[in-house]
Amino acid sequence: MSAAVQSGRPAGGTGPSAGAGTGGPGISGLRLAVRRFSRNRLAVIGLAVVVLFFLFCFAGPLVWSTDQTHTALTHANLGPSGAHWLGTDAVGHDELGRLMYGGKVSLVVGLAAGVLATVIGTLWGAAAGYAGGWIDAVMMRVVDAGIAIPALFILLVISAIATPGVWGLILILGLVSWLVPSRLVRAETLTLKNRDYVHTLRAIGGTHTRAIGRHILPNSVSTVVVAATFQVADAILLVAYVSYLGLGLQPPKTDWGGMLSAGLSATYSGRWWLIVPPGLAVILVVCAFNAIGDGLRDAFDVRGRG
Amino acid sequence: MSTFLYLIRRVLQALAVILIVTVATFCLLHALPGGPARGILGPQATVQQIAQFNHEQSLDRPLPVQYVAYLGRLLHGDLGTSYTLNEPVSQLIQERLPKTLVLTLLSAVVGLLLAIPLGMWQAVRRNKPVDYVITTLSFVAYSTPVYFLGLMLVLVFSHVLPWFPAQAPQGDTLAQVFADPAGLVLPVVAGAASVVAVFSRYMRGATLENLSEDYVRTARAGGSRRGAILRRHVFRNSLTPVVAMLGYYVPVLFGGALVVEQLFNYPGMGLLFWTAAQSSDYPVLLGCVLVISVATVVGTLAADVVQRFIDPRVKEGHA
Repeated sequence: MSAAVQSGRPAGGTGPSAGAGTGGPGISGLRLAVRRFSRNRLAVIGLAVVVLFFLFCFAGPLVWSTDQTHTALTHANLGPSGAHWLGTDAVGHDELGRLMYGGKVSLVVGLAAGVLATVIGTLWGAAAGYAGGWIDAVMMRVVDAGIAIPALFILLVISAIATPGVWGLILILGLVSWLVPSRLVRAETLTLKNRDYVHTLRAIGGTHTRAIGRHILPNSVSTVVVAATFQVADAILLVAYVSYLGLGLQPPKTDWGGMLSAGLSATYSGRWWLIVPPGLAVILVVCAFNAIGDGLRDAFDVRGRG
Repeated sequence: MSTFLYLIRRVLQALAVILIVTVATFCLLHALPGGPARGILGPQATVQQIAQFNHEQSLDRPLPVQYVAYLGRLLHGDLGTSYTLNEPVSQLIQERLPKTLVLTLLSAVVGLLLAIPLGMWQAVRRNKPVDYVITTLSFVAYSTPVYFLGLMLVLVFSHVLPWFPAQAPQGDTLAQVFADPAGLVLPVVAGAASVVAVFSRYMRGATLENLSEDYVRTARAGGSRRGAILRRHVFRNSLTPVVAMLGYYVPVLFGGALVVEQLFNYPGMGLLFWTAAQSSDYPVLLGCVLVISVATVVGTLAADVVQRFIDPRVKEGHA
């Protein structure tokens, strides 16, 4: 399954296997990282795919203007033609236009939820690792407990409670997927907190908050950036599950997962244009973000997930 | 830390995790609006009926009291009674869990049998076209929503080419499940795809790491052939840690089973959970989540212990 949905993920890059975390790259380190990233063919292709999809979803409607709000039942279930390149759906929305419209939601929700999860995970992991002792133990057992319940199960339970809007979705997805980044950042923090500069800061009277904000987090930035990229990939995949699990947006709002779920009933009728385009869009974008994450991990030379 | 102390500590940690899970699921399920009474008795139920139901089910007592009572019953193996099916949850799970285990184990085994040779092949042909092709395919398999993959499988291998049934084996017993092996093919393939994707990457990494070890160079220098080294040393040294990773993969397998069982109408625990979520059947939801998290915790524990035993360099669990 997707795992996404979880902790498993194809690990390891096409480049050399990554070594231990070494903290944030300096200016020349950054240039080196860019050079290494640009040498990873899959990662560069991934970046191009992401850029193309953003252009398609956000600039596309300027060229291919369609009505995605009102139904047009006289134009329902049309096959691909000159007027509707990808046909129309069961209530007459132009499917190509809907792919742009739904993609906007999928990309925005995926990005926001991925970033939110990374922020929560980073703060949690840094706090746990820095505090150490029993606070760390309790905080990390909470993370273990969260990982022990697969996200799809939690989402299905939540679907029995509510049908959220876009902001609700971002919040829910962020709250179910911050666990893996918290482990990564904690591991990073454990090595960073014993560095001399942290001890020095404490010795001259700096607060714990300052030690975390000034040294631990900035030095974890490459780990965090890599984790965030994978997090966004997972979140976009989760968004595709959300409608299937009954948490989807209400029409006429939709996302790629909603289009997929709506198209499921058309599987046997031969109306492939209702399921194949949104399915391929999800796969392509998630692959692309994963490839970028892979490239970044090798470029920054940090320990990734997996 | 001695191995014995390590084991004790890990088991205590695992118990703590399970305790946190029980608190979390209990709170989550009790936070549902309307409450179980409204869900069972319907929107037409009177206030008196709801109060009586709550009283009969002990749902009118303070939450901490309910939680402690619940924990006490758990220790006696009592997971409560399903609101809608009116059967003990433990019995429902006992009936369904074996079928889910069969499905997930078959998916894991089929997935590993494909992933291990693929990963080794990639490592040997590193950065050659075949490596890129398999890498790309594993990214695609990983990035495909399971329900979309399952649907495409049904469309191609059941609808267009009538090779396999679109529905999983039905029936209450395992014997009935095994009586229809053709029905298992598509669900198992759908479940195995992500295993192939993830574990071929692990195997590729592990093989590459072993290939760069000194003992490989020594064996080469001693005149061993490359194929013999791969089979005799590299394969064996890579296999155990990779298979042990399966322990961390338990939650993903269960998540996959949830979708696959619903899609192929396979009467396992995933389908039970799905149905329970539609009808706000809290005891069933709680029971399933608990069983899954125990399985996950045990899987993680097993993987940690195996990794520590086979590789003394691993002093702490995975971080």
